[in-house]
This record gives sequence, C-alpha cells and structure tokens, in this order.
Amino acid sequence: MRGMARTATAALMAVGITVLAGVAVAAEGTALKSHDWPFEGVFGRFDQAALQRGYQVYRDVCSACHSVRFLTFRNLEGIGFGADRVKALAATFEVEDGPNDEGDMFSRPGRPSDPLPKPFPNPQAARAANGGALPPDLSLIAVAREGGPNYIFSILTGYQDAPADFELTDGKNYNPYFPGHQIGMPEPLFDEAVDYADGTKATVDQMAGDVAQFLAWASEPTMVERKRIGIKVVLFLLVLTGLLYASKRKVWSKIKSH
Amino acid sequence: MSQVPNNPIIRWIEYRLPIFGFVNHQLVDYPTPRNLNYWWNFGSLAGIALVIQIVTGIVLAMYYTPSGNDAFDSIQQIMRNVNYGWMLRYIHLNGSSMFFAVVYIHLFRGLYYGSYKNPREILWWMGLVILLLMMATAFMGYVLPWGQMSFWAATVITNLFTAIPVVGDAITTWLWGGFVVGEPLLKRFYSLHYLLPFVIVGAVFVHLWALHVHKSNNPLGIDMKGPQDALPFHPYYTIKDLFGLGIFLLLFAVIVFFAPEYLALPINNEPANSLVTPPHIVPEWYFLPFYAILRALPNKLGGVALTALSLVVLFALPWLDTSKVRSARFRPIYKQVFWLLLIDVIVLGWVGANPPMGKFILIGRLATAYYFLHFLVIIPLVGKLERPRPLPESIATPVLKGDAAKGGVS
Repeated sequence: MRGMARTATAALMAVGITVLAGVAVAAEGTALKSHDWPFEGVFGRFDQAALQRGYQVYRDVCSACHSVRFLTFRNLEGIGFGADRVKALAATFEVEDGPNDEGDMFSRPGRPSDPLPKPFPNPQAARAANGGALPPDLSLIAVAREGGPNYIFSILTGYQDAPADFELTDGKNYNPYFPGHQIGMPEPLFDEAVDYADGTKATVDQMAGDVAQFLAWASEPTMVERKRIGIKVVLFLLVLTGLLYASKRKVWSKIKSH
Repeated sequence: MSQVPNNPIIRWIEYRLPIFGFVNHQLVDYPTPRNLNYWWNFGSLAGIALVIQIVTGIVLAMYYTPSGNDAFDSIQQIMRNVNYGWMLRYIHLNGSSMFFAVVYIHLFRGLYYGSYKNPREILWWMGLVILLLMMATAFMGYVLPWGQMSFWAATVITNLFTAIPVVGDAITTWLWGGFVVGEPLLKRFYSLHYLLPFVIVGAVFVHLWALHVHKSNNPLGIDMKGPQDALPFHPYYTIKDLFGLGIFLLLFAVIVFFAPEYLALPINNEPANSLVTPPHIVPEWYFLPFYAILRALPNKLGGVALTALSLVVLFALPWLDTSKVRSARFRPIYKQVFWLLLIDVIVLGWVGANPPMGKFILIGRLATAYYFLHFLVIIPLVGKLERPRPLPESIATPVLKGDAAKGGVS
C-alpha cells in the first residue's frame, strides 16, 4: 500500500508539473513544420557549415531589415570564422564612433568587438521604411517564439496565396504560420537568392533551414558548451549519488536487518 | 562528543561560546525518529535550494542592471559575456522551480502525516510564512529580467491592489512609485528581491527552532517515547539526506543543462513593451493553482479575497482538523480525501494555465469550491466521523517487528 501511495504521489506530481508546463501556452493556428535539427538532444551540436551558410543568408537577405543586436563580429568565431577573418570582415563595415576630443562623431572601420551593424538607426525609422511594421531584432527570435527554429523555418517557407474568403489588409502578406495569418514581411527567400560560398544549392528550404540554425545559435551561442558541461556534471552526479547510496546502505545496515 | 572535549583550544572556546556542544546537540546527537521515510528528505532539500538561490543570486546581482532601459540587455550580457553567466542564470531561473517543487512536496507530506497538529502548530505556521515570503520573492524575481511576461505579470498582480475599497488606487500608485508600471517599480522589486531571501533565512531558523523543540513527526504520527524510538541525526539522517540531495541535484542538472528554457515562457525573451499585451498572461507553474482561484470569481475584490483565504485556511488547519490522530496511515477516510485534495490542486493548476473561457470557467469554480469544501467542511467532519485504526504501541515496536526473534539490534 505504502509503495503504491508513493508511486502514485510521484506520478501525480510529475504529471501535474508536465501538464501545467505544457498546457501553459496551447498552440494556436497551424501546426508548425518540423525539421530535423542537428543541435537537438543531449549530444546535439550545431553544423558549422550550415551556420556559416545561415550567416550568409542573414547578411545577404535578412540584415536589410533585421538587426541582431546582441551579436558582435567576434562572436562569429563561434561559427568557425578564424580571428583574422573576423577582423577583416569587421573592417569592411564603417562604424560611427565618438565623440572625439573635438566633440565630433567620426566613422572608422569596424573592429571585432563591434556589434553587427543595424539596418535602421531607431525603431521609428524601421517602421517608416516598412509600412508601419517593425522588423523584430533577431538575436533571441529562436527562443522568443513558440516552436523556436521550427517557427522560423515555417514562416520562411510558409508563404501562400490567401484563401478566397480571407480579407488580406493592403501591404500585408498571407502566411498561415504567423499569428493572425497576416505578416508585414514580404516573402524574403527565393531559389538562388544567395550564392552560397560553399557551392550548396540555394533552395528556399535549404536557406530557411540554414538561417534558422544560425538564429538558433545566435540566441544561445553557449549552447554547445552548456550541453558538454552538462554531460560531465550528470556523469559526476551519477557516480556521487551511487556512492552516497552505497554509504547510506552501509550506515543503515547496522539498524535495519530486513 | 557529549563529554568534555580533549583539545584545549576547543575546550577554551566551548567554555566561552558553547558552539561545539550546540552543533553536537542539534545536528549530531539530535534524536530523530528511527522510522522516517524519504518524504522527510524534502525539508533539508528546501534549505539547500534556498542556499543555491542565494549564492547564485548574489553573483548575478554583480552583473544585473535594474533599469527600464538596461535590465533586459544586462541579462543577455550575463548569458553571453560573463564567464559561466549562462550557468549561474539557468541555475537561478530553474532553482526557483526546484525550490517550489520541493517545498510543495514538503507541505503535502505535512498534510498527509498530520505534521501540523499539536504541538507543531507554530512550526507549521513558520513553514507557511516561509511559503508566503517565497511567493513574494519569486514574483519580484520574475519581474527583474523585464521581458514581456515580467512586465505584464507585474502589471496584473500590482493592479490587484486597486481592488481594495477606497484606498486601493492610492496604494497602487504608492507601490508603483508612479502612475504606471515602470522603472521605479523595477528598482524597488530589485531591492526587495535581494532583501527577502535573508528574511526567509531568518524564518527558516525560527522554523528549525520550533522543529527542534518537539522534534520531527514521523510516518506513524506518534511521539518518540524513549531512546529506542530514536536515532542520532548523524550519521543516519545526514547520509540519507545526502543521498536524497544527489537525486535532487541530478534532476536539477538535467533541467539546467539540457532543458533550461522548458519551464520558461518564450515570450519573456522579448523585451518589455507597455504597448503590446501578450495574448495569454500566465504566471510560473508554481502560482497556477492560486491564479485559478484568483480568477474563479467575476469580481476582482472577491477573487483577491478568495486567494488570500486559500492561504488563511492553511494557517487555521491545525484547528479545522478535529482528529487527534496525525498520520493518514491510520485514518482510512482522511487518506482518501488527501488524494482528492492533491488532484483538486493539480486541476486548479491546469485551469490556471488556460485562458478563463468556456469549460475552464466552470471547472475552475468547481475546483475552487472543492478546495474550500475540503478544508472548511470535509476536514472538520472527517475528524469527527472517522474511526481511526488502532495506533501502534511505539515507534520501535512496528519498526523492529520481526527483529526480536533475531535478537534485536542496536
């Protein structure tokens, strides 16, 4: 009886917590497309080649409207760019700095410690250039949307003609994966929209997958380190807990003979 | 260790400040019922969870900026540019969930085994005071990252004070430090979020003080009658607690390293925006049952009063429960209604997670009604009507049953 009661409590607690957490935000609208990501799971790692292609998609397409304000050039070492390449890349951008000793702002070539350049100086300018819609910053987009990278992938590949009975607002585009199904962003990706440096064929699905992976990395560049340390911590704790259990048995063996 | 210590330095200190004797008395020789099961691990786990929160919190505070413009970005600085900042923050973020999970199990253990009954009423009260302080601390901590849900949770909860008749609006303005939720509120929440954990530490000491007067309750719910019923805390319960700690840390590590955002809402990774209200405003899982009670009535003041009452009944429980028998093991009817209460609380949590529409309104009201029915009607009646099973002679008797033939132990 006691054993049953214990199991029942444990099960109820577990179910309760899972249900509460899972139900917290019930999915609405169209189910997202699911994609196999190499970074999922305990042993998941980013695919460096895909990250570099994803950066290229971001730079050639997305960066026209979207910032990634928490990324600096030196962060790109995390997708496999060497220090020299990062330095050279940063230097291709002009950055406003200052004020100098005369009180004037000046521009200089970018440095690895500079953030990636923003397309618009402020949200008002961004709205004015985009028909009133504000293109969100993408630094955390992969963790700030239900579904994360699957959401990004679904949005980028999900543009369709609006159904006949759907009233589409002027200047908006139909996308069933976007809340409300009307999105300000026009379809951004077309086959061969970028010319991949590594020769990969730039289909819409390929580019969407690559840039979604890049943005997943951008939202948590420390993810691989986190999992690597986690495996060591869990192994250590398994051994420690085993030893503690053995010690507990030994200590209590003097008390309970059954 | 209870005799006079040999080491002259220890003897010198002990004569002036009897700290070694104290530790020995309270942690080493401390008599503990010999029959505690693993449900009794959760008290020490809660203490450790509190320490983990304080230690990680103190370090996070070295990098966090409590300002409307910079709070959100400073969290990202911690995540990206502080060495192991991501680890500290994920431990602190999920540590609050672990802390509440442990404390809720600890509380339900107290309900099952009647640990709130004479003479442990003040011990029970202090536990509830700790829970209230934890709720305040957790809520304020949740506001600090200044994400969308942080901001809107602060807005919804502080707006509850407007329900107070006559002075509600004035009190709310005073709490906000202005006429809207903004930086003054963030700054005072930060200050209080740093203060309250130390108030919790103080309350924990009073909790332990009360505990050590009458010692732990036990699964049989009967008092220790002599040394044959007890075991010294060390090594028996230190090692048992340490083994439990190992399991706790394993679970904790799996969440921190492999699913750190599992319990978080994605929308809180968006900076606070007072112009855009999120479609669903939901609190963290550990507040969901209370959130359901809050929304059970169509009237704001009524909801607030009911939520406060849901905690007040817990304080009154030692007097609402009319049964002299502590442990549910000997109370056939109470044992059933205990599980019903647990299920009811889980249902409340499920309702709290969903928008108050359609079936959730009715289910939420029924579950809220049952919650109060349990404490205000069922518990007093069951105590009167139930025929408890006979209690064992002593703790040692059932624990050692069968041992006598083998010559017993000790």
